[in-house]
Amino acid sequence: MTSTTTAAGGARTSPRPRWTARRRKDARAGYLFLLPWFIGLGALVIGPMATSAYLSFTQYDLFNDPVWVGLDNYRTLFTDDPRYLQSLRVTFTYVLASVPLRLVVALGLAVLMNRTLRGMSFYRAVLYLPSLLGGSVAIAVLWRQLFGSNGAVNQLLAVIGIDGPNWIASPETSLATLIVLAVWQFGSPMVIFLAGLRQIPAELLEAARVDGAGSVRRFFSVTLPLLTPLVFFNLVMQTIVAFQAFTPSYIISNGTGGPVDSTLFYTLYLYIKGFSEFEMGYASAMAWVLVAIIAGFTAINFLSARRWVHYSDQS
Amino acid sequence: MTSTRARSPWITTAWHGLMLLLCVATLYPVLWMTRSSVVPEREIFSSPSIAPSQVDLSNFPAGWVANPPGFGTFMLNSFIICAGAVAGNLIACTLAAYAFSRLDFPLKKLWFALMLATVMLPAHVTLIPQYALFSAAGWVGTYLPLIVPKFLATDAFFIFLLVQFMRGIPRELDEAAELDGANRWRMFRSVMLPLTVPALATTAVFTFIWTYEDFLGPLIYLSDLNEYPVPLGLRMFMNAMGQSSYGQLFAMSLVSLLPVFIFFLLFQRKLIAGIATTGLKG
Repeated sequence: MTSTTTAAGGARTSPRPRWTARRRKDARAGYLFLLPWFIGLGALVIGPMATSAYLSFTQYDLFNDPVWVGLDNYRTLFTDDPRYLQSLRVTFTYVLASVPLRLVVALGLAVLMNRTLRGMSFYRAVLYLPSLLGGSVAIAVLWRQLFGSNGAVNQLLAVIGIDGPNWIASPETSLATLIVLAVWQFGSPMVIFLAGLRQIPAELLEAARVDGAGSVRRFFSVTLPLLTPLVFFNLVMQTIVAFQAFTPSYIISNGTGGPVDSTLFYTLYLYIKGFSEFEMGYASAMAWVLVAIIAGFTAINFLSARRWVHYSDQS
Repeated sequence: MTSTRARSPWITTAWHGLMLLLCVATLYPVLWMTRSSVVPEREIFSSPSIAPSQVDLSNFPAGWVANPPGFGTFMLNSFIICAGAVAGNLIACTLAAYAFSRLDFPLKKLWFALMLATVMLPAHVTLIPQYALFSAAGWVGTYLPLIVPKFLATDAFFIFLLVQFMRGIPRELDEAAELDGANRWRMFRSVMLPLTVPALATTAVFTFIWTYEDFLGPLIYLSDLNEYPVPLGLRMFMNAMGQSSYGQLFAMSLVSLLPVFIFFLLFQRKLIAGIATTGLKG
């Protein structure tokens, strides 16, 4: 962190002019290299964001000019749209259940794999695979059958004498199948945790061992505190991603969010409003509330981080 | 974690057993689907086994052509979209990453912060105006809305990945080229680009896989069956054949995952290293 005053002072005393030909060339080159990104930023990000903010105060169906309705869309969302509130409930349940579970599974497996064993990189690759596959239509199609009334899950349960329901078709359990699908994709955080575990100095663990700490004590007193920056990073990123999940809910419910809206994800309802019912002003309002929710969750994560995230260079 | 004590071979074997068990348990859904694609229809839903009683591959050719225009067309369409997306990300994100990692220009910090912010921005907030924009341009029903944004570096995540990689490349190499009289473009082309190949490969493979699996984009922009990529083709197949021919449905689901499997097998070390160092989403 060099403050601006020292930078300016340095420039004044330096014999070289602040704005040399080389720097001018660099500046021009920099903006040229960034040109595609600038066009994209303006035309596909900032422009659309401004438009979407405006549309959220209008009634707009794509074919006719938008009609200004003030705060009506936002008011309707929270006071006059039970389906919207249901989509909020479903999405919050999904995020609050799947993210912590996914991180716990990822961390547990990473700890298990943090040892020298021939072929470990093979095992790591296999366990990572669901992360790459899980978001695809093919896996969602498979999930429908896996948790169907005669699917493999019920066949397995039958082996131990349990007669399982049709998990997909009953509203009490359908969301749980989507949470299981999300937890199954534990690969990315697992790989990140594993890389972090390998950075922990062996001397620290050895010192704890000499002091008589058992393996459980060593994990909670040495390993876990040192890993909290990565837990935090994964928590922030995975929460943001989970709020935007779309494909599994669409495929498993065949685009309806059913049975009885039990899998109506926020993004699915946004899609239905925007692209099936062409209420694009309303859908824009939904998009901005989603941004606010994600920003809120990220802020909560950052604020709480002061209490539980340890950075080794700070203490 | 190497301890000085010699480990008994029994313990090593037990660890391998545990790891194999975890792998089979994790891959169970995919193994079950594989088995279900080669056994008679009535066997699929009568046991949870992953070992087929017989191997009958007829579901694959039957499913391939069952639902016109067929999976050959869906695959080809997917590959066309992916090729465009990969080319776009490689070109635009590399250019932007070079500027952020090597060049000095006014407001660089502001632009960099803005770029990082867009990584976290939910796509839904730009979805509807983008649709209106592409609709006005007459691009709905073409692959352009799925490809052109990549040439404008909208996948900021890959800019970040490439910046991280380029920062690790020693500056002495650039300086040597500069002393030889190379301009910025030559330094980028002949010094930076060859050294960035590993990160470019990671970018290309992840772009391929994510574009290949993307469902929302094609769902919104494409309506003609002949233009469907694999995810839309598979959804159509599920609606048309899902109740009558589970074997073919599983066979085609498996086929649709094949390109992802192949890229993963070829590049798994690079992909996993990429995630470990940048914390990829997914």
